[in-house]
Amino acid sequence: MTHATVLLRPKTRLTPAQWIRRNLFNSWGNAILTILSVWLTFVLARGIIVWVFTTAEWLVIRTNLRLILLGQYPIAEVWRIWLSAAMLSFLIGSTVGVWGWEKTRPVTRRIWVALASLPLVFVFTQTDSTNRLWLAALSILAVAGWFLGRPATRPLRRIVAIGWFIWPAIFILLLRGLTPEEGWLPLVGTNLWGGLLLTFLLTVVGIVFSFPLGVLLALGRRSELQLVRWFSIGYIELIRGVPLITILFMAQLMLPLFLPTGLTIDRVLRAMVGITLFSAAYLAENVRGGLQAIPRGQFEAAHAMGLNGIQTMGLIVLPQALRLVIPILVGQFIALYKDTALVSIVGLLDIVGIGKTVLAQPEFLGLQREVLAFISLLYWVVSYAMSYVSQRLEIAVGVGER
Amino acid sequence: MNAAKEPIIICKNVHKWFEDFHALKGVSMEVKQGEVIVIFGPSGSGKSTFIRTINRLEEHQKGDIIVDGIALTHDVRNIELIRQETGMVFQQFNLFPHLTVLQNITLAPIWVRKWSKEQAEAKARELLERVGIPEQAAKFPGQLSGGQQQRVAIARALAMEPKIMLFDEPTSALDPEMIKEVLDVMIELAKSGMTMLVVTHEMGFARAVANRMFFFDKGEIVESGTPEEIFKSPKEPRTRLFLSQILSH
Repeated sequence: MTHATVLLRPKTRLTPAQWIRRNLFNSWGNAILTILSVWLTFVLARGIIVWVFTTAEWLVIRTNLRLILLGQYPIAEVWRIWLSAAMLSFLIGSTVGVWGWEKTRPVTRRIWVALASLPLVFVFTQTDSTNRLWLAALSILAVAGWFLGRPATRPLRRIVAIGWFIWPAIFILLLRGLTPEEGWLPLVGTNLWGGLLLTFLLTVVGIVFSFPLGVLLALGRRSELQLVRWFSIGYIELIRGVPLITILFMAQLMLPLFLPTGLTIDRVLRAMVGITLFSAAYLAENVRGGLQAIPRGQFEAAHAMGLNGIQTMGLIVLPQALRLVIPILVGQFIALYKDTALVSIVGLLDIVGIGKTVLAQPEFLGLQREVLAFISLLYWVVSYAMSYVSQRLEIAVGVGER
Repeated sequence: MNAAKEPIIICKNVHKWFEDFHALKGVSMEVKQGEVIVIFGPSGSGKSTFIRTINRLEEHQKGDIIVDGIALTHDVRNIELIRQETGMVFQQFNLFPHLTVLQNITLAPIWVRKWSKEQAEAKARELLERVGIPEQAAKFPGQLSGGQQQRVAIARALAMEPKIMLFDEPTSALDPEMIKEVLDVMIELAKSGMTMLVVTHEMGFARAVANRMFFFDKGEIVESGTPEEIFKSPKEPRTRLFLSQILSH
């Protein structure tokens, strides 16, 4: 045999002019479409830019920014929110660190650096010196967390994971306070919680509690115990057959009728319970999908070596099933985040609810567009962040590469 | 090895139905400690079902199965005890794809036998050495060839230090060039004195190490005997026909 000649792949790089001709103007029809879309994009973009920078009256946002972000949370106690945010910032920083900075793509690194320095930008927009200090602390703690997490050892990863589990609890405890009346951490009534803070809380509580509940329901639906199975099926099908808004109304209006007089449940808590119970039913079905995708051989192998039912589920089946459904679960959590807007209909002051009260102020009448645009931006930023984290999580746990 | 040669597995008149299909029609078999049993027969003959009843992956509806002095009943504790004493190797390997090779092997010793992690890992490395792939410990099953995966599966079953090993068509899903590496491991295991029940059509393996062979057809044992008896002078026409079919090519 003669030596095989190694042929180089022919160069196919095009000049920009060639690329445009080939892809955008390769026929009369496409040429017309190209011109039309360029024109449409231009008109839209111009309209938006002109509106954002000249027509729009952003004063309504600037004046009410604290209200939109935090509701009527007492100014004297805002440090608790800052402290929670600082912890979160540290946690995010250390997560980026332990995730393997070396493996992070350069583009992504730049995004993280930009995010970490973002609070510093806001330092200059603030006049209040405490706020400035806190903002600077956010940046510094993010970098500090990143630096401490960089060795990326197993124990470090474990600590960060535990941090993510306990942070929500600390956050809520701080926010709510410990001691009634005066004292070290006075209680702050939930009627004062509002804005992005409330939206965020409803979402976090919804996710944190509906996740275990949903997993249990999914397992219950496959249980060999008739009673457990029928309860799970009944619960899931009942809740899935009812719109969230009716559940929220029931929690707000009908629950008090059934409770003994004198016993009242906090309104925010009622909304949280409603959202959690609602979300758990959907989560259960998504997790069940993952459970069904695990081949029977996995159960058999686990049983054959003497693992009991709980060990088989916890060590073999659930880890694989949950990994499979990460994209679906994150999609559900994003939907949950946006669905919390419904609480504004039952009278809670989440972002949308606060938006309505802002627009009811006489001096800001008729500024719906500014307020809605800003609210949408807040929703979008958080939703996109969740989506991004989900993609990273999928890569990290190796979905689809087995 | 003690010379007493107690039967370690006793099956008496075992029946099994899948809905209305009568899959096992009164199978009886006694296996002594250290024996290597080869079970063969056409597909659907109940041979896989039979060895799966021994560790209760399939429930039998009639008859007795006693493994290492423990009777298989509905008692979950008995089932778990028996499963700890019997290792099983599957046709489709059934390794856990989310765990590394080492974690696959150490899982059961740590969680069922309650060994320390160090002890389990030392045992796992020793077994990987024995099956010839010590360098693959940190990889995931998906990164290994079929033959390597099946050898990991054997090591995983051996990690529990079982008294009995069940093999359910261990080479049927392998590419031809990988069958030998798995059979070599099994032959070594057989020679070390392990009690083995092997469902297979690898007649070379049967000739080399089997003490007795059982021919299954339509849910029954049609014929049994030493490899010499089975290969040289099969008594039943069905055995003869089947052997001629699998040995002709």
